[in-house]
Amino acid sequence: MAKIVYVQLDGTRNEIDAGAAASVMQAAVNNDVPGIIGECGGSAMCATCHVYVDQECIDDLPPISEVENDMLQNTASERHENSRLSCQLAIDGSFDELVVHIPPTQV
Amino acid sequence: MSTDTITVGASNPVSDFDPYTDEVLANPYPHYEKLRELGPVVYLELYGVYALARHDEVREVLSDPATYCSSAGVGLPNFHTEKPWRKPSIILEADPPYHARTRKVVARILSTPSIARWRATFEKEAELLVDRIIDMGEFDAARDFCAAYPLKVFADAVGLPAGGRENLLPYGDMVFNGFGPMNERFKSRLAKAQESVQWINNICQRENLSSDGLGAELYAAADKGEITHEEAGMLVRTLLSAGLDTTVFTLCNAIISLAKNPDQFELLKKDPSLARQMIEEVIRYEPTFHSFYRTTTRPVELGGVKMDKNQKIVVIIGSANRDPRRWENPDKFDITRKATGHIGFGTGIHGCAGQMMARLEGDIVMGAFARKVSSLQLTGEPVRHFNNTVRGFTSIPARVTGG
Repeated sequence: MAKIVYVQLDGTRNEIDAGAAASVMQAAVNNDVPGIIGECGGSAMCATCHVYVDQECIDDLPPISEVENDMLQNTASERHENSRLSCQLAIDGSFDELVVHIPPTQV
Repeated sequence: MSTDTITVGASNPVSDFDPYTDEVLANPYPHYEKLRELGPVVYLELYGVYALARHDEVREVLSDPATYCSSAGVGLPNFHTEKPWRKPSIILEADPPYHARTRKVVARILSTPSIARWRATFEKEAELLVDRIIDMGEFDAARDFCAAYPLKVFADAVGLPAGGRENLLPYGDMVFNGFGPMNERFKSRLAKAQESVQWINNICQRENLSSDGLGAELYAAADKGEITHEEAGMLVRTLLSAGLDTTVFTLCNAIISLAKNPDQFELLKKDPSLARQMIEEVIRYEPTFHSFYRTTTRPVELGGVKMDKNQKIVVIIGSANRDPRRWENPDKFDITRKATGHIGFGTGIHGCAGQMMARLEGDIVMGAFARKVSSLQLTGEPVRHFNNTVRGFTSIPARVTGG
């Protein structure tokens, strides 16, 4: 079972057992993790599930698709090299534990 | 007309259901329920199409544009085999890889950071409008509130002049009728909208738009070579067809849902910050957009049904949003639920590009409504607007009090 750690701006760590969630966004929404909205439901249309992936974990993730890349240009908080849309990070066995940092704002 | 029929002995369910009769459009939900229970994929013999009415299959098809394309048109006619009734949209009716070029530009100008600059103006206009309807007391919510707001703030944001805006809703009405069959309803609106088509084509030209709106941004993208100038004009047209009727009807559906569920309106008044998720629930529970089409690009098997290449499939998002396999108490309007994940804006690469703009408008105007209006009553029977694809109202006689 994959574990996801969502690190808030103040350093609070929300450790979530992803359960049956299909994506890192969905796991956050299912568990009421603050700072991840996922308003469009996972279509890479709203950029409200933006996260900064911890450098330690970045190699575990699939490459950024063209659709995700375009929407990452439109995030409310600045895009960094480790920016991802968490709706595009599938929980599919590619990692056992993932640490992501919540950006200052999503809207 | 019924949804009860199954051809006995056939392995796949077949129905003589017609999604486009006035009776169904007035209240499609009991029909959708029957359709969902017939099976994941049901053949509609009247139209020669397969219907998807459950959440999972709808999502699967919308998420796979390589197999289920849009370039054959998102209405019933197949543009690959029949002449399109209008020049196909260069974003809605385009497939990858061509789609990404236009989509990228439109998604950028409609993204959260880009539209944030209108928030203050939208808020000011929302306050003025809600004060106005409270002053009126008795009013037509469809005309004086739900239509008035987007026709002011969204049309201003695109950069339209104040005159001639009465052409916008008939134009959108025509376009959305075109997402169904070419029936009498479509033909009559097409004939009726010809003057509006002329006005729209003219207004989409650069010289007729303000220099700081969404329209000007599309032309600026053309100056940079991202799209052509002709395409910029076509995308302004897309903003105008896709961005008005839809938001107007969503606000109509919000007002009706609140008026018919006073407990939910009480919750909203107590905490107006729920306005944004209330709008989300409206779009799940009473979505504006009900159905459109995809077309197979190869022989496929979906939900146990084998289909040929070039097969039209009607995707019923209005039903998917009420699928009990996905939603608890789907027929209950509950503004406290997590409604994100509904398919009211579509999903996948063709998911509504203006959805953050729609949320911004809905959040702001319904937030102002929740803060200022203390009572809301319908004073007469609402008059439904009949369209092949979108559901809303032409008139909602209502009374509000402030305080």
